[in-house]
This record gives sequence, structure tokens and C-alpha cells, in this order.
Amino acid sequence: MEATYLELVVRDLRERFGVTEEVFRDEVSLYVKPEQIVEVCQVLRDEYNFDFLADLTAVDYWPQQEPRFHVVYQLYSYLHNVSLRLRVPVDGEEPEIPTVEGVYPNANWYEREVWDMFGIRFEGHSDLRRILMPFDWVGHPLRKDYPLGYEEPQFTFNFHDIERKKPRPRE
Amino acid sequence: MTLQQMEITADELRHLFTERAIEGETMILNMGPQHPSTHGVLRLMLELDGEVIVNCVPDIGFLHTGVEKNMEAKNYIKAEVMVDRLDYLNTMGNNLVYSMAVEKLVGIQDDIPERAQVIRTILVELQRIASHLVWLGTHALDLAAMSVFLYCFREREMILEIFELVSGQRMMTTYIRPGGLWRDVPEDFYDAVKRFIDYFPRRIQQYEDLLTENPLFKQRTVGIGVLKKEDAIRWGATGPVLRGSGIKYDIRKARPYLIYDALDFDIPVREEGDVYARYLVRMEEMRQSVKIVRQALEWLKKTEGQPVRTQNRKFVPPPKSELAHSMEAVIHHFKYWTEGFKAPKGAVYVAVESPRGELGVYLEGNGGPKPQRVHFRTPSFANLQLLPLLAKGHMVADLVAIIGSIDIVLGDVDR
Repeated sequence: MEATYLELVVRDLRERFGVTEEVFRDEVSLYVKPEQIVEVCQVLRDEYNFDFLADLTAVDYWPQQEPRFHVVYQLYSYLHNVSLRLRVPVDGEEPEIPTVEGVYPNANWYEREVWDMFGIRFEGHSDLRRILMPFDWVGHPLRKDYPLGYEEPQFTFNFHDIERKKPRPRE
Repeated sequence: MTLQQMEITADELRHLFTERAIEGETMILNMGPQHPSTHGVLRLMLELDGEVIVNCVPDIGFLHTGVEKNMEAKNYIKAEVMVDRLDYLNTMGNNLVYSMAVEKLVGIQDDIPERAQVIRTILVELQRIASHLVWLGTHALDLAAMSVFLYCFREREMILEIFELVSGQRMMTTYIRPGGLWRDVPEDFYDAVKRFIDYFPRRIQQYEDLLTENPLFKQRTVGIGVLKKEDAIRWGATGPVLRGSGIKYDIRKARPYLIYDALDFDIPVREEGDVYARYLVRMEEMRQSVKIVRQALEWLKKTEGQPVRTQNRKFVPPPKSELAHSMEAVIHHFKYWTEGFKAPKGAVYVAVESPRGELGVYLEGNGGPKPQRVHFRTPSFANLQLLPLLAKGHMVADLVAIIGSIDIVLGDVDR
């Protein structure tokens, strides 16, 4: 029953949006284009009862640039008891993707977190501020090219080199 | 203070408040981060009209420790100790969900022995009780019922002693590990748990006698912070917050893990959606947890002498006794503790029902011994988002009751 319902959803989405499917350990992921994500979520919520956005996060594949990030949406349907994952590949250093806040209001904080941690902008978001890091922080910590936080020892021979690279608050 | 006087971020924050705040008609009040009733380092910016909350803007991140980033730099085994520190009232649950995610990622989720599953169930249910006891104690303390706090911590101590018995640690246990458990439970585990579950139901009755029909408590909680059914779904609430609003959803029933599908227990649901309803749901949950532990404990007896770890030596260390005479074991031991094990490319999402709601892990492997990405879908973070919705139109004093009823742990919110 579960499989057939999910297959039905996937088949329909494939015809309407041209999404591609990937199955790993019985979990279904759909690859969606960034410009279609709002529409896909709308269809899933209104027509297929995926009424719960369980999780929204991102993955960085640096140094790969195209796509550099995947934005990952984890949806769940109370009625049918099935989960579905959407993956949206986005390219480049300063990617943008439309917000799904209009469909799932709780995406608000998740998207703020993704902006904070990965620097992915969500167009049309009502309140895109940093959420976990201080408001004047520079950089996006969960990017793979962001150093882990330990400090290089500063000696006289490399003093200025390291001084320049230190993260510090905006003026 | 008017908004204009908050020089630093006034421009960035202007859209969060009403026009009246900018004109200075309403007052902006800063609550926290060092405020006893915010249960940690939660800061709230409140816009007040007299004592009525017009707007409530949570500011989180004071306890952000970069756990997810750190875990990316460690192998799957070593990353686990960080998981404990997320939701420090639910360490067993955190260990469990992380272990389940790793097991699923590497594909050994069906190899976990029955005895390990039973012990895991007992421990996470005891943890649920312990967590609810902290919630009840602090929630009642916020509402000026001091004695309940002391009683709750007395009973919680018994559970922490059981954890110390099995793992050597009271809070940061790291006992449930990928592949099974750290080791088998000691002999007196059965008696200690038995003593607790025989003693505890009377205690729940005692708390209920103190609070449930207490007119002062009811006045502070009934009809406060009402969360409507539709809002609960739209805003992605989970756990007792969701069940207090009349939706019967519990992952232990919807997608059973461990041995929950073979156990007999109920999911308490209340229709009202207010602070009092969430209180009643959690009280009943404690009783159900006792019921689960009692059944699992009998099951535990039947599995005496069985292994508590998978036999697959790629994912668990070999027993010490083998190291002296088996080259194979030495190699496994060395590989396990230095490089760790490799996980395939791919992503899994595993969720369990923590005391606060859906605790999920998104774990992605990249073929190597370290994860590409670990993300925790923490229930406190998701449920705290509801606070502005619940708080609007209530008094400042009610806000304290509402925060308590959402039951947040700031380590869980900020990660």
C-alpha cells in the first residue's frame, strides 16, 4: 500500500515536472529544479496530503561547483504515513532559491538556518536574518571551505598572514 | 525602551514590530538570555502594550556549539559523543537516533540483536520519564509550585543512577552505539529498574494530586497558549505539543522502531490545545512509559545471555579476549579505532519520538569514514517556532507558562 501510493506520487510528479528519482535504503529522493520547488511543494501538500515539512537542510559538495549545494526537504504525510525527500541542486558561490515559506510556514526558521550556515539565499523570505550565529558574523560555517575553527598558531614570521585571515565582526 | 533607542539592529529588526513600536506607543522589552523561566539561554524581544504581548521575537543561538560541523570532521564512531550534548535531557534518545541512522546508512539495521533492542527500549523510555520529570519540575516551579520540583528531581535521581549503573555516566552516557550497545547491562540492572517502576506510579499520582485539580495551577494553564489543530499541522509541531492539540501522531506507533510494535501502550491525546492539555498529555505519557518498561523488562529476562552487539566485526570492536590469539581480531580492532568504518554514498533520514517530539537525523555518507553531512532535526527548534503564535495576546506572566509547556532544551535548539 505504502509503496504504491508513493509510486503514484512519483509517477505523477515525473510527468508534470520532469523530476528524477533516486532510491537509497528504501528512502525515495526526488531531484527538483530550483525554480519548480514551490510549485512541487504546493502540489504535494494540496493534492497528496504531504502536510508536514519535517526537515529542511542543505549539503555542501565543495569543491564541486555544479551543483555545489543540495537543499534537502523532508516531507511527511500524516494521512498516508509516507515520507518523501526532495533534493534541489543549486550552483555557485551565492546561490538563490525560492522560499517555500508560503506553503509550509515552519520553513521560516529552517531557511534562516540554511542561510546562516550555508549562505543560500531564499528569495521572498519574510525575515532572512542569521539565526544561530551572531548577527554580525562573517562567513557561513557549514560550508566545506570554512575552516573548522581551530586557530593556526601565530608566530612572528606569519603574524600578518594570520591576522588578515581571522574572522572578525563587521565595523 | 523604544525601538529607536535600540541603535544596533533597529533597522534590521523594524519589520518584526508594529508601527506603534516605532512611534513609541508600545514598549520593547528584552527577556533573557539570563532569565530563569526561559529554561536556558533563550532571548525574547517582546513588544508590549501594557502587559499584553503584541509581538514576540525569539533570538536563539547563544548555545550554538557547531556540533554538526565538528561531526563532519570526525569518523562515525567518534562523532557519537557529541550527540549526547545536543539535548542533554535526552542523551539515550540522541544516541539511539544517531546509532540507528549510522546502522541504516551502512546497511546493518537488521543485524541488531534482540537483546540490544530490548535494552535500548527500556533505556529510552526511562529517559523519557527523566526528561518529563525535569519538565514537570521546572514548569511547576515557574508557576510557583516549589515542592513538585523537589519531588521530581528526587525521582529523576533514581533514573540517573540506573544510567550510571549501565554506562558509568549519569548524563552523557554514549551507551547506545552503532551496532548495538557498549556492553551488556550489569546483573543488578533488572532489580534497579524493577524497583523504580514499582515505586514510580505512586509518585505520578502524588504529582497529580498536587497539580491536576489545583485551582491556582489550573488558573495559570487552562485556556492559555491555545494551539489550534490546523496550526499545529501547518507549523510542523510534534510530540506532546501536537498531541495536546488533538492529533494522534507518535512515531512509535506510526513507524515503529525497536520493539514498539510488539508492545502494548496507548498514545494520550487531548483536544484542548492549551498549556493544561499539554501537561495532561505528558503526565499520561509517563504512565505509558512505565507500562512499556514493565513489558520490556519481562522480555529482557527471556533474552538472558544473548549478544548485545552485531557479529559484524567491521562495525563493532572485537571482544578483548580475542585480541591475544587472533590476528584477525587485532586487525579489526586497529582499523575500527583508527580509521573507523566506511559508509557508502547516500543519505538517510531516521526519526524517533523523543520526549519533546520528532527527533530526526539526516545523515549523508560520501564513501569515506567521515560523514558528508549530519543534520539534526531537533524537536525543540521546531516547536519553539510556535512561540510567537502562542504568545500573542497573552500577558507576560502567561508567557512563562507557555515556554514551559513547549518544553524546550536550549542545547537542542541551538545545537
